[in-house]
Order: sequence, then structure tokens, then C-alpha cells
Amino acid sequence: MPKAFTPKIVTANDLLKGDVIYQTVDGWSRDLHDAEVLTDEAHADLRLIEGSQQSGQVVGVYLADTVVEDGQPTTTHFREAFRAKGPSNYVDGKQETTKQEVA
Amino acid sequence: MYHYSEFDHDFLAARNAQFRAQVERRIDGSLTEDEFKPLRLMNGLYLQLHAYMLRVAIPYGTLNSAQMQVLADISEKWDKGYGHFTTRQNIQYNWPELKDVPDMLDALAKVGMHAIQTSGNTIRNVTADHFAGAAADEIADPRPVAELIRQWSTDHPEFQFMPRKFKIAITGSPNDRAVTRAHDIGLRVVERDGSAGFEVLVGGGLGRTPMIGKVITDFLPQEDLLPYLEAIVSVWNQIGRRDNKYKARIKITVHEHGIDEIRRLVEERFAILKGTFSGIDQQKLAQYTAQFSAPEFVQKSETTFKDAYHRDPVFRAWADTNITPHKADGYSIVSISLKKHGATPGDASAAQMRLMADLAKRFGHDELRISHEQNVILPHVHKSDLPSIHAALRAQDLATANIGLISDIIACPGMDYCALATARSIPIAQEIATRFDALKLEHEIGNLKIKISGCINACGHHHVGHIGILGLDRAGVENYQITLGGDHTETAAVGERAGPGFSADEIIPAIERIVTTYLDLRNEGEEFLAAYRRLGLAPFKAALYPEAQANAA
Repeated sequence: MPKAFTPKIVTANDLLKGDVIYQTVDGWSRDLHDAEVLTDEAHADLRLIEGSQQSGQVVGVYLADTVVEDGQPTTTHFREAFRAKGPSNYVDGKQETTKQEVA
Repeated sequence: MYHYSEFDHDFLAARNAQFRAQVERRIDGSLTEDEFKPLRLMNGLYLQLHAYMLRVAIPYGTLNSAQMQVLADISEKWDKGYGHFTTRQNIQYNWPELKDVPDMLDALAKVGMHAIQTSGNTIRNVTADHFAGAAADEIADPRPVAELIRQWSTDHPEFQFMPRKFKIAITGSPNDRAVTRAHDIGLRVVERDGSAGFEVLVGGGLGRTPMIGKVITDFLPQEDLLPYLEAIVSVWNQIGRRDNKYKARIKITVHEHGIDEIRRLVEERFAILKGTFSGIDQQKLAQYTAQFSAPEFVQKSETTFKDAYHRDPVFRAWADTNITPHKADGYSIVSISLKKHGATPGDASAAQMRLMADLAKRFGHDELRISHEQNVILPHVHKSDLPSIHAALRAQDLATANIGLISDIIACPGMDYCALATARSIPIAQEIATRFDALKLEHEIGNLKIKISGCINACGHHHVGHIGILGLDRAGVENYQITLGGDHTETAAVGERAGPGFSADEIIPAIERIVTTYLDLRNEGEEFLAAYRRLGLAPFKAALYPEAQANAA
């Protein structure tokens, strides 16, 4: 039996900076909390295709698992948690700056 | 060291101009990622977890002060002010932006450096003994031959689309510091009847299926080297597996066909190729050898060294661990530790790189080396200059006296940076180093190599660590597997898996139990690896898994 669909977000890396980004309702954000949460499988597949088509802006688009906590999407796996936060040995990447809008 | 010819400079300028245009076409949308990816990888540009990563080759680990200065400048101008030295004698920049990479490559080209073939299914940066040209135990400096291999393999038209990547290491010393037995091809300089040649090992490698290289010939005359290497690579290029990337390396080809059959095929191919090498390679080798001639060593008093050694316990501790005998009278090889307790193994800040460049210029005949153990070497230092060097290193946090000790850990970038990683490596290395520093035990423990990889690809050489740690993803949690008894030297061995893995919280106490067991059971003067070989896995297993012992009782 196929596994039940669990909520997803569309994530990728920014073409120019390489930074981790998340698909929002109307664009992309560097902040996980802005991500559009996809609870319907068909809609998630569609949004993945739409994201993948923006190859002039983003690289490596895929669906990642998410759960909503306190009204905001958060990660379910440590790899996604590191992508959302940045490296643990220096305060670099997303930890350096506050929220920035892209695209 | 080797100096670029006009041809080399022109080649690199043309290649960089080509890549600049490719980057522009990617940014303006003319190239898709599928089209661009192989092009960027051919130029050492990866896309990692948080950013792009540029991997720059440091051929056979040798560089001069001007090159080190430029590495520092690049880290400040286009990255975050530091670089990461790797187990393949490369430097990685973790944060470049795509548009800046062509400028970075142009800056590198000005000092004769590049990122070509640091990725992709090509012959990668040739690695060598980091004490090459300086070590007291050396038969011959392997670097002229390494340069010959570099020139032969760079842009070699037959070897740009191979089944998988291909790595060659070379040592000129019987004490193998270049891990030659864990490379696709390992070369060891040997002498027979007064002439130098090579013992050639083939089919070594770490990764998912670790293998120790097998001897394909125990003596290859020097003049046969390139046609013989070409024969090996072309045999593998033809029969190596392309159906499964994990079975594509030559170690699998050797394993599946057997070393005798591979030897037969290579000899057959060699017989054809030998005649096509006109001898130009030997003329080139003679030119390179002249460029690698030893510096003019001087004779001077060692009094300042002896005084400092008797007077200053901090200097003495550093000299006892970080200095290796040199072939010239009055000289030493200095290993600068990039493993300050709690720091990221292999990372150097721009200021640290500049200091090391400056010390090389002032005291070290302008030479530096990068070791596969992620440290920096000043290969030619007169003993009288050691106190000044030590004082200067202290000012930049580079005087940690821990070479070869438990905190001198190899760690790959792991999941803090690497897109392939299954767990983090760096924090584990940081915690082990900090813990044993706090215990003030590391000098008591002595020579002990811990090597950590954050995935089965084994960039952190965990299989050949005395204690190896492999980070895995077990049901969504970081989990660390221990191997014991690995050895990276001429007596190479793959470590034995100790048992079930440990969580991130459990791994440091587990390492401590291994070390305590060793300290309890060792004989007088017996190093960890020797003790392990005498005792076997059992006492360490008992210490690692006390619950299992209790249940069995």
C-alpha cells in the first residue's frame, strides 16, 4: 500500500548565491517559515514542477517533508534542519543575517 | 618547485576565459543546470548544502609563499575569510557566489594554480608525501614525477569521461605518509641495482568498499612510468563498470577480474603504448627534476634552539611533537597544526595563511606543504629559527603541540557543508579534541590517529584510522559507527567494525572508553595500534558495549 501523503515544502538552492531557498505562495524565500506548506499530493507535484521550471533562478528543486508547529512550517529531518539553519562550526550562512527576500 | 611555462599560462588563461563565458551563459539563461553542471564540475565548482564550493588543487601538496598569500586574499575577497584544507591536499572555499568564481580562478591563475580536475570522472590532483624533498628517510623526491603525472593527466583526451574518478598517490620514502595503498594507483619509489623505479600498487581505495591496493609490479623502471600508467588507466577505462557508480572504481575491476588478469591486460596494453612514447616524457622529467632541486642549505649555530629547548617548556612540548628529522644537517621539518583544540580540522583563516606564507618566506626557503592530515608543513627550517617560528605561530593560534596525537583528527566537512554527507563530522572532532585536552591525557596516550567521515564515501579516511568514526543516518538520527585497528601507512590495514553505532551524545564517552582500555592494557611504550594488534577487538568491544557483556554473563 502506498504511504499516506505527508505535508511538504518545495526547496532548492539559489542559482547565484547557492543559498537554501523555499518556495512561497508567490516566489522564493531564504526563510523556511515563509515556505508554502503543501498538504495535497497533486498540488505538491504541480508546485514542484512549477519550481523546477524556474531554472534561471534556482537549482536542485525537490519536495521536503515538513510539519507545522505554532502555525509555521518546520523540518522533520536533521539534514533539512541544517539546511534551514547553516553550519554548526561557525555562525555563517543564514545565521549571519536576518530575513532577506529573494526573487 | 615547478614554474609555469608560457604554454601553461596560456592554457590556463584560455580555459578560464572559456569557463567565464559558460558562467555568463548560465546566469543569462542560455544554459540549463543540466548543461552547466558538467562544465562547472570540470572546473572544481560544486553546489553544496548551503552554497557553492570551489575546490582548488594544490598539486602534490606543494606551494610557495606567493601562492599561500593569494589563497588568503581569495578567502577574504570572495569568501568568508578562511579556507579548508582537505585530505586530498586541496583547499576548499565554502561560500563563493557563482558570479565571482571566474575572478577567483583568474586570481589563482596569476600564481599558477587552478581547480581543473578537482572533480568529475577524471584523474584527480596527484597527491604525495607532505615531507617530500625534506624527509631524512627519503630515497628520492617524488615531486618531479608527480609533476610529470600532473602534466600527462591534465586534459588528457582519453581520460576525461572515465567510469569514475581516479586518484594517484606517490611517495619517495619507505615510510608511507601518502596513503599509497588506499589509492587507485599508489607509487612507491624503490631502488634496484642502484637505479630508481617504482613499486606500483593498483586497486586500493576507501569508500563503500574499502580495499588495500595490490602490487601489479614490484619494480617498474622510471622511464616506463607514463606508458605503464596509461596502460592501467586505459584497461580500466575499457573494462571498468559503468552500470553502477559504486562498482565503477578500479578497485572493483581488480577485485572482479583478479590482479593476475589485470596485470596481463596491462602488460599487453603497455607493449603497444611503450613505443608511442618517444622519450619526450623523460626529457620533461629531467627539466622538472632540475626545478625541484633542494634549496641551498646553510650551516649555522643551533644554540638558540638548544637554549629555548632547555628554558621554555611550551617550546619544548611543541618541538617534541611537531618537528620531524630533516635530511640536511641542522634542519627540521615543521608541522603546523590546524587542529587547535575545539577548532575545525583543516581550516585556516586569512591571517593564519598570511602568517604561514610569511614564515615560509623568512625562514623556510619559500616552501609550504599541505598534508593529507590537514596540517601545513614548513619543510625546510633551520633549527636556530624554530624559537622565532614558534613565537610567531603562537600569536595566531597555530602553535598547538599535537601532531600525531588524539586531537590531530582528520575530519571531512560532513553535513555542516557537504551535500553527500549523512551526518556531521566537525562537531565530533571538536568535542573529542576538547575532551582529551581537558583530561590532559593526550601526550600520555601518544600516537593515535582518529579519522572521521560523515558518509560512506570516506573522505575522512575513517577505514584507515587507528580509531575510525563513520557518521550515518539511522532512522533520521545521526549515528556514529566505530572501526578499530586501521592503518594508513606502509603496513596499511582496513579497520574492523566494533559493533553497533553510537548517538552523537554517546560517541565521545565511547571513544574515552576505548582509550581508557588501551591505557589499562598497554605494555611499556606500546602505541595504540600495536596494542590493538596484540589484544584484538575483544577488550575494546567489552568496554564499548558493557550491557552486551552483562547480558551474556
